[in-house]
Amino acid sequence: MKIKKILINIVALMLLLAVIIFLQELFMPKYMSEIPEGNLVEEYYSEEKKHDVIFVGDCEVFSNVSPVTLWEKYGITSYIRGSAQQLIWQSYYLLEETLKYEKPEVVVFNVLSMKYNEPQKEAYNRLTLDGMKLSKQKIGAIKASMMEDEDLITYIFPLLRYHSRWNDIKAEDFKYVLGKDKQSHNGYLMRVDIKPVGYIPKGRVMADYSFGDNSYYYLEKMAKLCMENDVELILIKSPSVYPYWYPQWDQQIVDFAQENDLTYINFLEVAEDKIGIEYDKDTFDGGLHLNLSGAEKFTEYFGEILRSDFNLPDHRDEEDYKSIWKDKTDFYYAMKEDQERELKEYGYLKSYGAVAQTIGGSLDEE
Amino acid sequence: MEQILEILEGLHPEVDFETCKTLIDDRIIDSFDIVTLISDLSEEFDINIPVEEIIPENFNSAKAIHALIERLLEDE
Amino acid sequence: MLFTSYEFILFVVILFVIFYIIPKRFQWMLLLLASYVFYSFAGLGYLAYILATTLSTYLASWRIGLLQTIQADYLKDNKEGLSREERKTYKAQIKKKQRMRLVFCMVFNFGILAVLKYTNFTILNINSVFDLLKVGRNIPVLSFVLPLGISFYTFQTMGYIIDVYRDKYPYEKNIFKLALFISFFPQLIQGPISRFDDLKETLFSAHSFDAMNISFGLQRILWGFFKKLVVADRLLVAVNTIVRNPDDYQGVYVLVGMFFYAIQLYADFTGGIDIAIGVAEVFGIKLKENFERPYFSKSITEYWRRWHITLGTWFREYMFFPISVSKSMLNLSKRCRKIFGDAIGKRIPVYLATIIVWFTTGVWHGAAWNFIVWGLLNCLVILVSQECTPLYQRFHNRFNVLHTFWYRLFQVARTFWLMSFLRTLDCYRNVGTTFRMYGTVFTKWNWNEIFNGGLLGLGLTISDYIVLILAVLFILYVSLASRSVGYRQQLARKPLTMRYLSYFLLIISILIFGAYGVGYDASQFIYSQF
Repeated sequence: MKIKKILINIVALMLLLAVIIFLQELFMPKYMSEIPEGNLVEEYYSEEKKHDVIFVGDCEVFSNVSPVTLWEKYGITSYIRGSAQQLIWQSYYLLEETLKYEKPEVVVFNVLSMKYNEPQKEAYNRLTLDGMKLSKQKIGAIKASMMEDEDLITYIFPLLRYHSRWNDIKAEDFKYVLGKDKQSHNGYLMRVDIKPVGYIPKGRVMADYSFGDNSYYYLEKMAKLCMENDVELILIKSPSVYPYWYPQWDQQIVDFAQENDLTYINFLEVAEDKIGIEYDKDTFDGGLHLNLSGAEKFTEYFGEILRSDFNLPDHRDEEDYKSIWKDKTDFYYAMKEDQERELKEYGYLKSYGAVAQTIGGSLDEE
Repeated sequence: MEQILEILEGLHPEVDFETCKTLIDDRIIDSFDIVTLISDLSEEFDINIPVEEIIPENFNSAKAIHALIERLLEDE
Repeated sequence: MLFTSYEFILFVVILFVIFYIIPKRFQWMLLLLASYVFYSFAGLGYLAYILATTLSTYLASWRIGLLQTIQADYLKDNKEGLSREERKTYKAQIKKKQRMRLVFCMVFNFGILAVLKYTNFTILNINSVFDLLKVGRNIPVLSFVLPLGISFYTFQTMGYIIDVYRDKYPYEKNIFKLALFISFFPQLIQGPISRFDDLKETLFSAHSFDAMNISFGLQRILWGFFKKLVVADRLLVAVNTIVRNPDDYQGVYVLVGMFFYAIQLYADFTGGIDIAIGVAEVFGIKLKENFERPYFSKSITEYWRRWHITLGTWFREYMFFPISVSKSMLNLSKRCRKIFGDAIGKRIPVYLATIIVWFTTGVWHGAAWNFIVWGLLNCLVILVSQECTPLYQRFHNRFNVLHTFWYRLFQVARTFWLMSFLRTLDCYRNVGTTFRMYGTVFTKWNWNEIFNGGLLGLGLTISDYIVLILAVLFILYVSLASRSVGYRQQLARKPLTMRYLSYFLLIISILIFGAYGVGYDASQFIYSQF
């Protein structure tokens, strides 16, 4: 009799857990019709993990670099482990995690996030961290990112965070509860629309331009990690004109790169003359991010540097890469076509998370 | 005993104090009544009822109150 | 540590496992350790206060107990030799010595409480008087952080020492057992305030793993979580909106606030007590109930026998009775009878004692005038209704309505609104503001706002209100269903599937509908292009 009771309790517990897990999957935001950035981190895990280059960083990598272009023009394989407002410690842990799966030749890190020494916003933490598989690195990233009112357990059991969506559940939450469609192209989020650069306010004068200790700590850690794994680390400043990149900041990275024998390229300096970026055509939000044409231009320029200075191989004739990348290229051009169609039909990219807004919302950033 | 019944009836004329044995348990007399009761009883019998004696057993029936008074008078 | 926190859940789970693994004779010691660990989460330094209370009370109780033994021995040895008078004198002497120890202990412990809790309040008032008298100086304000549960454990412990003095039961010889009684962690946050003889058996005895007890305890804990997270924390938003913006929310909103607060406080307080009692139950320990369907009371006196029961009992036992039947009070009463006549004279003990008790009750609740006024207003209503009893009697003799459903409904409604009305002093935390708000109820006619969506401007959405209504109805149902037999017992008799389904639904609703955690705010993503 007692055994029976215990068995019943175990079964009941399993049932309860199953229901809770289902609810958790249901309640997690799907990021399909809005905020596709939320899917970026997650999409990596289903990939064939052999990439020559791994990009880490914030939107200035996932909006400005196109791995398909790198493949088409140079046969270089790459993946962007980027996410919205990715903080440097999150970049570090994502990199550490990626290195568990593969060993790229080169890692590229966009240094804009050096400006954030502390955790910023819970919403952005979620965008980056929820997509990570549970691992030592995820825990490390969570602990480094948590704001005052956050609890670690709500990242392990996201239902404890997203339960409050109970009256916001949409059809897409049900539709995608078992799996989602791919939204990015090896981590690149495509946008074909155009919004020219308007007025870019110059950064206001600050009392102290030095990056924080926490930022340096993780930058050094990243450099060390790459060295230990025999990976070449390239620091870049992506050619987005906003947020403002202070010369004082630039100098600090130049110094750091020199001291640590690393390459640092500030692409803003060569954006217009050498890369050929036209800021009235190549951005979709007034200069914060490049659109497809801008990203392709930038990637082509950068790709040349990667091929010649870093001796990255050309895989375009290798069978095992060709089929994978053929599918990717097809998907890429299909989406481009679809986006151009939407643009013509609606005037804005309705299904791609664009909001029919008139102002680029980042000006309260500084 | 009559004095006790008289005092009790003065508090609650509608209650049959001769037979009822659950004055406290059934909330027929409440804390205010107890205090008034004690005040009247000490006046009437010239005794002192210490706080420790305010327990349900001593006040649940007129008989119990009677027993309490007797005991206190004896100890005097 | 809050009851509704991840830390507390983890704490209880770990403690539970250890508790039922270790040999039973160590269980109470484990509870003592756990209680101190729990206490130190609130600040390691504050342990000093509860230790001081434990030590001082133990010493006093030991001395009093010692004197008791000496007296017993002496009287036994000299049974023949002493006259009645000599016995009395000897006893009186011993009593005096005991009283001295008692008074010391009480002054010390109530003193700590008074200094920590009321210094700031006293200084502020003295400064106000100074300002009034145009005295140039002001005493600098001294504010102390209160140690966790000090109002509760001090009262509980002082109840113990008074009981020992009154020879209700022998003192606890083991200081560690006394320490557990004082610091038992489920009671620390908001009671119930226990009496030593109620807990003695259950707290120190061996507890075997009893599936029924544990299941009941867990259900009770879940129920408390449900009330707190789904109802109380949700309503809090609306209550705060109204109460923190008295200039924007007047007239009918004051009534809405009153009503919401009545529900919110009930859910929060009884929910917290459910968790406390449930946690204790899981360890096999039975605490006394603190609430008994209070909103169904038909009079204010009945209300105070059903709301915060253990506090009411404490005040009755250790303040009301001792004061009202003390020699000095009875003497005063006698003199008043002579001067003012019987009617007034015999009211003196009750009235004076009531006023003192309610003043103290108000003060106990908080160091602010609104609490004191609240206490005295309660007192006023009680005494007035006491005086009106003959009037009511006559009414009921004329019109035989006393036991009709409608009259009882009227009584319940009357009591509910009266208590909600008084409780508003709690909300606005300022006597002047509260009365001003009462005034606007009559002067400001904005009833139409309720029907024009005014309720949706308080921070709650329609779906929130739906959840609230359903949850409150459910609580009401369970409350009414438990009148004869406890709900858990009733549930235990139902078929297995129904039981487990109920637990499931309860757990899931707490998880989903609980108002906890960082809310999902879609607006945070508007500028998400970073």
